[in-house]
Amino acid sequence: MSPPRVDQSFVHGVIETPAGPVPRVYSFLTRDDRLGTIKVRLGIGRMSYTVDPGLYALRDPLPDDPVFVTANYKLSFDKLREALSGRNGWILVLDTKGINVWCAAGKGTFGTEELLLRISACRLGEIVNHRTLILPQLSAPGVAAFEVKRRSGFSALWGPVEADHIPAFLDSGLKATPAMRIKHFPIAERLVLVPVELMGAIKIGIPILFAFFLISFFLSGISLHAAIQSGLNALLALFLGTMAGAVCTPLFLPWLPGKSFAAKGVLPGIAGSLLFFLVCGNSAPALEIYAWLLLIPAISTYWAMNFTGSSTFTSLSGVRKEMARAVPLQVACGIVGIVLWFSSFLAY
Amino acid sequence: MKDLTYLRNVVTLALTPDKCKGCGTCLVVCPRAVFAMPNGKAEIANRDACIECGACVKNCSFGAITVKVGVGCAAAVINSFLGRKGSCCCTLPEDDPSCGPGCC
Repeated sequence: MSPPRVDQSFVHGVIETPAGPVPRVYSFLTRDDRLGTIKVRLGIGRMSYTVDPGLYALRDPLPDDPVFVTANYKLSFDKLREALSGRNGWILVLDTKGINVWCAAGKGTFGTEELLLRISACRLGEIVNHRTLILPQLSAPGVAAFEVKRRSGFSALWGPVEADHIPAFLDSGLKATPAMRIKHFPIAERLVLVPVELMGAIKIGIPILFAFFLISFFLSGISLHAAIQSGLNALLALFLGTMAGAVCTPLFLPWLPGKSFAAKGVLPGIAGSLLFFLVCGNSAPALEIYAWLLLIPAISTYWAMNFTGSSTFTSLSGVRKEMARAVPLQVACGIVGIVLWFSSFLAY
Repeated sequence: MKDLTYLRNVVTLALTPDKCKGCGTCLVVCPRAVFAMPNGKAEIANRDACIECGACVKNCSFGAITVKVGVGCAAAVINSFLGRKGSCCCTLPEDDPSCGPGCC
């Protein structure tokens, strides 16, 4: 297990310790760091946005300074060091395969074994003269604090859920208020997740759109004009269905009727259908219109349901229950919609 | 701020009061304030807020809590159904994925 490379863009030299040199980082984020954040928020290269696992020094830490544990997803790492602005400390980065803290804890990669392995690999016991680690509370699904204590002598203290609260947590003598222990899902956080949802939907939507275009080209008797007309209708419909499910539903989540995500996607889906009808109601064959009026809500509820994975308050039991009801309906609407759409070409 | 809640009466969370020693760790690690400790022992105060993340189970050294751990992610359920096990985040724990390039 080699120490983190010093040629990573955010590393500024090393500091010497009894266990060898430790790469130094600072709290400020450079333009490259911010650009990287924007890219992953758009869903570009998220799986390779990593930092080397191992121990880092934040500014000029002494053996008495606190040790913070985080994931090797660069966004997690950046959020932590930014939150620790103006402070000295040690940052122990676990190998979570570039996955964020909470997901990695759920997977077990941010786990007891990996933490124990890193503690011994970087010889943490020789570098600091206390035996306390500060872990993100959301790593608790993967890390058993009592095991860590028993096997390494290090007490794993649960820091707050949000990195922004770490300074307050430190200043109050490593105590978190009950409010700091709860994971909320405010609109700003939902908004940040929308681009990734949208990019995922677009990646699937483009080939589907192309398929609709090609099929209509052949079914309309090799008529480019007809293919363009129905292709544009498909583009508008897919756009509306996707916007309803992947953008409107996440944003308006608390105010949409229903408990399940699929149900919450119904109203935006119907709104999308109405918009479609207003725009294309007079310019397309009736069957094609009916097809899209059915398909738009189906698409909307699908992407709404997909947002369960990005949300912070769903359970697997609940998701299974909602899918058992929603998926058959989505499939039924999908099949009827596709049949209607194909039927609209019988006139040719 | 009123917190968002999901479906009612679905979660698999269970607590055995006899095993609980009142250490309060579950109250600390739970990100949904599911537990309360009114009388020196943990109680499930807000069951429907539970997301089955397993933080409490993992950190209860007395084995007083059980839950069927998972992630509330439709994509993971679909991947599991389709037998896809290569993605890192969007899979279910029981599929025991080999963590590699994934989707989350």
